[in-house]
Amino acid sequence: MATTVQPPQADEILLPGHGNGSGGGFRGLTPQGGTRAVLDQAGEPTRTGIWVGLSAIAMMFAALTSALFVREGAATDWQHIILPPILWFNTLALVASSVALEIARRRVAAFMRGQEHSRSAAAFWLNATMFLGLVFVVGQYFAWLRLRSQGLYLPTNPNSSFFYVFTGVHVLHVLGGLGGLSRAMLRFRSFAHPLRKSTMDATSYYWHFMGLLWLYLLIVLWVKL
Amino acid sequence: MGGKVFAVLVILIALASAVPIISHTFLGATVAPPEDISTHGAEIDKQMDETMIEAGLSFLAAQIALGFFVWQFGGRKDGPVKNFPGGAKYLVVAAVLLVGAEAIALGALGSKAWAKVYFQPASADALPVQVQAGQFAFYFRYAGPDGKFGQIHPDKIDEGNSNFFGLDPENDIAARDDIQSGEFVVPVNKEIHLMMHAKDVGHSFYVRELRIQQDFVPGLDLSMHFTATKVGKYEIVCTQLCGLGHYNMKGYLNVMSQEDFDKWLRSQSNT
Amino acid sequence: MSEAQVHVAHHGPPTSFIRKHVFSLDHKVIGKQYYGLALVAVFTGMVLSWLMRIHLVWPNAPIPGLQFLSKVGAPGGVMTPEYYLSLMTMHGTLMVFFVLTNAPFAAFGNYFLPIQIGAEDMAFPRFNMMSFWTTFVAFLILIAAFFVGDGPPISGWTAYAPLSAVGGDSGPGQALGQTLWGLSIFVFCIASLLGSLNFIATTLDLRTKGMTLARMPIVSWAWFITSCIALLAFAVLLPACLLLILDRVAGTSFFIPAGLNVSDHLQPHQGGSPLLWQHLFWFFGHPEVYIAILPAIGIVSHILICNMRKPMLSHKVIIYCMMGIGFLSYMVWGHHMFLSGMNPFSALVFSFPTLMITIPATIMTLIWLGSLYGSNLRINSASLFCVGFISMFVSGGVSGFFLAQPSIDIYLHATYFVVGHFHMVMGVAAIMGVFAGTYFWYPKMTGRMMSETLGKWHFYLTLIGTYAIFMPFHYLGLAGNVRRYSAFTDDFLVPLIPVHKFITFAALFTGAVQLIFIFNLFYSRFKGAVAPPNPWECTSLEWSTPSSPPPFDNFGGQHLVVYHDPYQYGVKSSTGDYLMQTSPERAGETP
Repeated sequence: MATTVQPPQADEILLPGHGNGSGGGFRGLTPQGGTRAVLDQAGEPTRTGIWVGLSAIAMMFAALTSALFVREGAATDWQHIILPPILWFNTLALVASSVALEIARRRVAAFMRGQEHSRSAAAFWLNATMFLGLVFVVGQYFAWLRLRSQGLYLPTNPNSSFFYVFTGVHVLHVLGGLGGLSRAMLRFRSFAHPLRKSTMDATSYYWHFMGLLWLYLLIVLWVKL
Repeated sequence: MGGKVFAVLVILIALASAVPIISHTFLGATVAPPEDISTHGAEIDKQMDETMIEAGLSFLAAQIALGFFVWQFGGRKDGPVKNFPGGAKYLVVAAVLLVGAEAIALGALGSKAWAKVYFQPASADALPVQVQAGQFAFYFRYAGPDGKFGQIHPDKIDEGNSNFFGLDPENDIAARDDIQSGEFVVPVNKEIHLMMHAKDVGHSFYVRELRIQQDFVPGLDLSMHFTATKVGKYEIVCTQLCGLGHYNMKGYLNVMSQEDFDKWLRSQSNT
Repeated sequence: MSEAQVHVAHHGPPTSFIRKHVFSLDHKVIGKQYYGLALVAVFTGMVLSWLMRIHLVWPNAPIPGLQFLSKVGAPGGVMTPEYYLSLMTMHGTLMVFFVLTNAPFAAFGNYFLPIQIGAEDMAFPRFNMMSFWTTFVAFLILIAAFFVGDGPPISGWTAYAPLSAVGGDSGPGQALGQTLWGLSIFVFCIASLLGSLNFIATTLDLRTKGMTLARMPIVSWAWFITSCIALLAFAVLLPACLLLILDRVAGTSFFIPAGLNVSDHLQPHQGGSPLLWQHLFWFFGHPEVYIAILPAIGIVSHILICNMRKPMLSHKVIIYCMMGIGFLSYMVWGHHMFLSGMNPFSALVFSFPTLMITIPATIMTLIWLGSLYGSNLRINSASLFCVGFISMFVSGGVSGFFLAQPSIDIYLHATYFVVGHFHMVMGVAAIMGVFAGTYFWYPKMTGRMMSETLGKWHFYLTLIGTYAIFMPFHYLGLAGNVRRYSAFTDDFLVPLIPVHKFITFAALFTGAVQLIFIFNLFYSRFKGAVAPPNPWECTSLEWSTPSSPPPFDNFGGQHLVVYHDPYQYGVKSSTGDYLMQTSPERAGETP
C-alpha cells in the first residue's frame, strides 16, 4: 500500500494519455464505445471497500458470538434445542450458490476479455446463483416455521433467542447480497451502465463471505445451542 | 503581545487549580475525602496521595512549560529556529521510562489495596448482613437468633406491609426471626460481611468514610466486607443511576459500640 | 468530443438546487452538512446543560418556558427529578454521538481528507450521501423522544440494563422514549459504518501520484486511524442496540435476569446478564472516546506545524502514538466496570493497558511542547485554540491517571471527578480542536476570513470559562459528590452547593461566550475579508485548490503530483519559508 500508482489490471484497457490513480469511480468507455470491457478505475476502491465492509460484518457477528458465550454462563436456563434438519439442506444450497457464482464470475470476466462471445453462459450461472440463494432464504424461513411448531419462539428461551437472532441477521445480509447480485445482473445486460469487473468481484466476495459466515454460524449453533 | 496573554493565563490557571487541592477547600466548602474510618482505607488514601503528587507535578510542569514556550516563542517573527535539544528521541525515552515506571509502580501498589478489599473473602466470624437495593431505598436484613436468612421471594414483596424482602415466614422457618431495618447498624471494630441483592435495576452502595463502593447487579449475588473503626453515623448513597429517585436514594450506616449494637439487635427482635 | 477521451466523472457537476445543496454527492457539501448538524446538536446539548445546571442549584425555581417543552416534565416550569435525568440523557447522547463523532471526524474529515490526498471525491460518493442522511434520520428519531408520551429516557447515554431494558416499569421515559433512543443509535451505527468505509477506502486507494502514506498530513492519518477504530467499534454497538430493543419489545432476556420486581411488577424475563450490556457497550464506548479525540489531535498537530513554521520534532512518532492509542483503546473497556461486579481480577487486567495509554499520550504532549521550543509560533485564533487544546488535554489526561487505578476508583467512581475528567478531554479539548479547525479552514471553505479579534476574545473567554466550569468538578469528586443526581439533598452534599453555584454561573457565562463564535461564523460569511488562496502559507494539498471554496472536483480537472511531505517549513524557496507539497522545487537550506 505504500505505492501511489495502481498498476492497471491485466484485464483492463487503458486509454492513452490518461492520468492514473486519481479520483474515484471513473468509468471510461472503450474507444469503440462498446460495453464489453469497461475501464475499471474504480477497481481498487471497490475491492478495498468490500473487504472493509466484510470486516465490519465479521465484527458484528463476533460481538453476537461473545454475547452468546456470556449469556450462557450468566444463568442456568440454557436449554438445548435441536436444529431443524432443513438447515443442512439450506447449507448445501448456499454452498452450491457460491460455486455457481464463482463459475459465473469467471464467465463474466471471460466475456469482458472478449474470450466469450455470448452473455448466455454467464447469465445462466448468475441466474443459478440467484435461484440457489432464494432457495436458502426460503429454506431458512421453513427452519423458523419448524421451530415455531415446536413452541420455540424468539423469547422462549435464550437458545431460541440466539437462533433467531443469528439466523435472522444473517438472512438479512443474504438478502442484501441478493440485492447486490440483482444489480450486477441488471448491469451485465445494460449498455448505459455496464457492469464493471470490480463490481462483479465485490459482489462475489460478499456472497462467498455470506456462505463462509453461514458455515461458521452453523458450527456455533450446533455446538452451543 | 503574541502569546503572552495565553502564557500568563495558563500559568495562572494551573497555579489556581492547585490551590484547592493543597488547601482542601474551595469557596469555603471542604473538597477532600472525609476521614477514613475503615481498616483498608489507609492504603487507598496513600495511593491517592501519591497519585496526586505525581499527577499534580506533571500537570504543573506541563502547563508551565506550555506557558513558558508560548511566551518565549509565540508571536516571534523570524527568530532563529532551533530544535529541542536531543529532538524527539530523548522525549520518547523519557516518556516511556518515567510514565512506564510510574504506571507500573502505582499499578503494583494499587493492586495490593485492591486485593485487600476484593481478593480476600470475608473472615468466617464476620457478621453477615444482607442489603437489598430497590427503587429508591436500601433495606438491611439480619439473620436473627437462628443465624439463618430466610429465602426471598420477589413476588411476595409488599412494602405497604413492611415485607421489603419478600419473606415467607408462614412457610419458611428461617425467615421468622429475620430482622429488617432501614438503617445499617453495625458494631465498631467488627468485620461485616455485606451480601448485596438488587430488587429491580442496577444500584450501587457507597460510603465515603468507609472507602467502599460496589454495584448491585440484578441477578448476581455480590458481597463485600469491611470493618468500621469509629462510632458514628455515616451516609450511604446510591451511585448507580437507577431512576427518578436516584438522587434521593440513601441510608445511614450507624456504627455503634458492641454493647449498643447487641442492645439494638435485641430490641429489633422484640418488635 | 474525441472518442478516445470520453472521461466521465462518476458524477458531473450538479445543477439543480437539490443536487447541489441537499442530496449532494460532493464530499464538501456532505462535510458542511455534518458540520451544520453538529452545530445544531451542540447548541441543543449546550442549552440542555444550562437547564441542568440551573436546576441543580435552584431545584424549585420555575424555568420560564420549560413547561412548553414538557407539561409533564416541568409543570409550571419547575423541572421534575425525572425530567432532569431525561435532559441529562439527551445531553450526553447528543454530545457524544452527534457532536463529537460528527464534527472533528465526519465534518472536517469528509471535507478535507479527499482534498488532502489529492482525490476528486470520496471513494463511494453515494454511500457518503447516504451516511449523512442516515445520521440525520438518527438525529430526528432521537429528537422525537422529546415529544412523545412521557418524554426522553432517563437512563443516561450509557443506558445500563435492566433500567433501560425492562420498559416503562422502571420509570418515566423508559417506554417509548428509550425505544426511540435505541432505534436512533442503531441507525447512527449504520451511518457511521458507511462513513468509515468511505474514509478507509479513500485513504488507501485514491491518493494522487506521489502521495505516499508517509506524505499524508498528520490529520489525514488521524482521520484514517479514527475510521478504522470506528469501523470495529460501531459494529459492536449495532448488535448491542438490537439485543436491547429485542429485550424491550420482543420479550427476550439478553440483559434482564430472572426475578425482578420493578415497581411491583414482576418481570417475566429469565436469566439475562446486565453485565453483558456493559461489556458490549463499553467495548464500543471506550474506542468511541478515542474516536472523539484523535481527529482533534490530528487537526491540532496539523495547524500547529503550519503556524510554528517548523515541522514537529517527529511526525512518525505522533502517527505511531495515534496508532498505539487506537490499538490500546480496544483493550481497556473494563476500566468503566471496575466496580460493576465483574471478576475483580479482571480489574487489574484492564488497569494495566489503561495506565499504558498514558505513554503515547505523554509522548505526543512532549513532542508538541518540544516542537514549540525554538519555533516562530504565529498567534492567531486557530493556533491559540491549538495551545489551548494542549493545556486541556494535559488537564483532562492527568485525572484519567487516577481513575485508571481500581483502588482509587473505589472512591472516585460515579463522582464528579469522572465527569470532570471526560468533560475536559471530550467536552473541551476535542471541541477546541473543532474550533481550531474552523478558524483555520474557514477561508478555504468559504473564501473569507473569520474575524481575528472576535476569535481571540472567543478563545480567551472560553479558556477561562471552561476551566472555571470543569476544574471544580474534580474538587467535588474528591469530596465524593455523586454524579447523575438531580438535586443535592444528602447531608454531605448540601455544603457543596456553593461550588455548584459557581460552576453554574461559569457555565452560563461560557455558553454566552459561544455566541461570539456563532456570530463570527455567520457574519464573516458575508462580511469577512476576502481570503487569499493560502492565507496561512500552509503546504498541504487543500491549499493548492484553484479557488476557495474548491470547485466541485477539488482541483479543476488537474491531477496533482506530490513531491514532498507536508512539513517543508523553514526552508528557502520561491514562495518564502515553505514549500507546497505540489511544488517541484527542491527545498533550499534551512535558515
